[in-house]
Amino acid sequence: MADEPKGTGRAGHNRPALQFHVPEPKFRPGDAVDFSDLKITKPGEQPRPDEACAPIDTAPLANDLIRVLGDDNAAHGPWDPKLDAETLRRMLRTMALTRAFDERMYRGQRQGKTSFYMKCTGEEATSVSAAMALAADDMVFPSYRQQGILIARGYPLVEMINQIYSNRGDKLKGRQLPIMYSSRPHSFFTISGNLATQTPQAVGWAMASAMRGDSRIAATWVGEGSTAEGDFHAACLFATVYNAPVILNVVNNQWAISSFSGFAGGERATFAARGVGYGIASLRVDGNDALAVYAATQWAADRARSNGGPTLIEHFTYRAEGHSTSDDPSQYRSAHERTEWPLGDPVMRLKNHLIHLGEWDEERQVALDLECAEQVKAATKEAEKNGVLGHGMHHPFHTMFEDVFEELPWHLEEQAAQAIRERKIKWPQA
Amino acid sequence: MNMIEAINDALDIMLSHDPTVVIMGEDVGYFGGVFRATAHLQEKHGKNRVFDTPISECGIIGAAVGMGAYGLRPVPEIQFADYIYPGMDQLISEAARLRYRSAGEFIAPMTVRSPFGGGIFGGQTHSQSPESLFTHVAGLKTVIPSTPYDAKGLLIASIEDNDPVIFFEPKRIYNGPFSGYYDKPVEPWKNHPDSKVPEGYYSIPLGKARTVREGDALTILAYGTMVHVVSAVAKEKGVDAEIIDLRTLVPLDIEAIEASVEKTGRCLVVHEATRTSGFGAELSALVQERCFYHLEAPVERVTGFDTPYPHSLEWAYFPGPVRIGEAIDKILEA
Repeated sequence: MADEPKGTGRAGHNRPALQFHVPEPKFRPGDAVDFSDLKITKPGEQPRPDEACAPIDTAPLANDLIRVLGDDNAAHGPWDPKLDAETLRRMLRTMALTRAFDERMYRGQRQGKTSFYMKCTGEEATSVSAAMALAADDMVFPSYRQQGILIARGYPLVEMINQIYSNRGDKLKGRQLPIMYSSRPHSFFTISGNLATQTPQAVGWAMASAMRGDSRIAATWVGEGSTAEGDFHAACLFATVYNAPVILNVVNNQWAISSFSGFAGGERATFAARGVGYGIASLRVDGNDALAVYAATQWAADRARSNGGPTLIEHFTYRAEGHSTSDDPSQYRSAHERTEWPLGDPVMRLKNHLIHLGEWDEERQVALDLECAEQVKAATKEAEKNGVLGHGMHHPFHTMFEDVFEELPWHLEEQAAQAIRERKIKWPQA
Repeated sequence: MNMIEAINDALDIMLSHDPTVVIMGEDVGYFGGVFRATAHLQEKHGKNRVFDTPISECGIIGAAVGMGAYGLRPVPEIQFADYIYPGMDQLISEAARLRYRSAGEFIAPMTVRSPFGGGIFGGQTHSQSPESLFTHVAGLKTVIPSTPYDAKGLLIASIEDNDPVIFFEPKRIYNGPFSGYYDKPVEPWKNHPDSKVPEGYYSIPLGKARTVREGDALTILAYGTMVHVVSAVAKEKGVDAEIIDLRTLVPLDIEAIEASVEKTGRCLVVHEATRTSGFGAELSALVQERCFYHLEAPVERVTGFDTPYPHSLEWAYFPGPVRIGEAIDKILEA
């Protein structure tokens, strides 16, 4: 042990004891939930600056909450994207279909048809509305909870289920964990299990688009928990240094598995405020308000397309379900949180808005929900013709060794021969 | 040309040859790189093609993966191999697996250039040889040249390759081949036949080793700086060694290795990197598995010691003539 400083007696003997701070969520299992101290702004009151404004001018919005849909189910203020009823109905339908898809796939996992699934319940607007505000060929770099983008872009449900079941029809040849989709034709980047890696990649893609004088932009999604990764810092930095045409979406759903947003630094600053620190225009929106999400994305896309640079959007929302099929949220949070969440449910709010406009009614909603459930059911049946998860037997064993490299080197050919020999011993009847 | 000039020439040719090639890294733009490998390239090809980056290896590699997904062919530089670790997640989890996990929808046709190796009093963080961390990753290719001629041809082939390539440049031999006799004057490249580098485009296929010297007494497998060290030691001792410069570690030229060891019956593996789980272990295992009945002596490994790279004790650490000489004697006496 080092010597103590000389001449001052015991080091620090008259100083107060330091206290170590470990963030603690407000509510644990069984607790009554009171969200009344959550600062919820009035819809329509947030100013909408010009898309060409300086990043610092967005600082107030990074600490505010942009909202359009009010408790009166009407759209308010300058952020109202003024979408026509047809577009709003398409948005509602896509969100309802995403929810129906999640419900069925969750059950599929429980029935043993696949190993794993992750729902996005309560967060449908953050993917569907955002995707609808982008061009179809804008490249998206999602995390694992933006299945709504694929559905909004018309990716066939059957293909999604084939991937989830890792069956004969799976375009990823059974190599990837369920929900780690990839579709280049839909400008949907391959999902990785490693968190936040997609964020600097999205920025690099956007840099490339600018370097080549293209007109396409990139958008990426990351959970608030994953913003703690170094990659997110690198993404923000590269985005600002090169003025990259990219939208950095932070989906703040309050929870990173069992850890509340305080462990990502959310106790003292909004996630949007971080963007301002990098010199990135930053908006904080009500993530359960489909119109606010659409408007913010449209603002950011316009800004990027006119060489105004990157935008960070924090979508303030709530993860209504468990993290995944491997998670039981009742072990770490109060079950009342979901029902008490003050920003409500994105699907219901959009539905009520359409009814308020006289463009929808409860009967049509019932019919829509039924139709979505039927559509998913039919897609599931179709996908099941290709089989469900089962010991990798759906794909020729040689495919396991393909695509590691463009061409198979000798050592992979040797290993492929080994796997094929083993097959005859392990599964002689197959 | 020396090796730096050969690398610069390869980059210049590829920038001219393919509009999707871009060069990025710390200090590579205006300044031309701390080792001058990218000198004048920004001036000639513009900032859209050759540019400086923030000091963020994670960002450099991550952005390069995204550029590759777009359709560019990025050539990022990591200033020293010792500083590649912050970019490792992007290399291992992303670049290496992109083609596999997307079933070929997205690829990472990038070449990560990085100076590596010791012998320059670089201490702990300017001397490392981390190649085995990359050869262990499915989906990455690892290339290490040992001459200006090879550096140019292999770098062009690496940039053209559609798989991610780790291109380690032995900085000890940027300006001249190093014999390992640290107390003797260093020869410049101009006296070496492999410094004659053809003008214009040529490439050397990845996965093909080079026989530096034919011989019958034993096979020495080496790469990078150690090719020159083992050549000097074999010459000094008058040993009729067959010296094979692997050039590419993955994919490995197993046929060249097998043919040589079957002929000589003896094998020495030499690298600067630390011993335990180094690439030499893989080479030794392969030779043992595939040439067992031809072997007349155990396969020996001469490597760096299993310590961080020291500063003042550099020549005690470096696998030089004494250590290599002892191993050769041991193999030949067995």
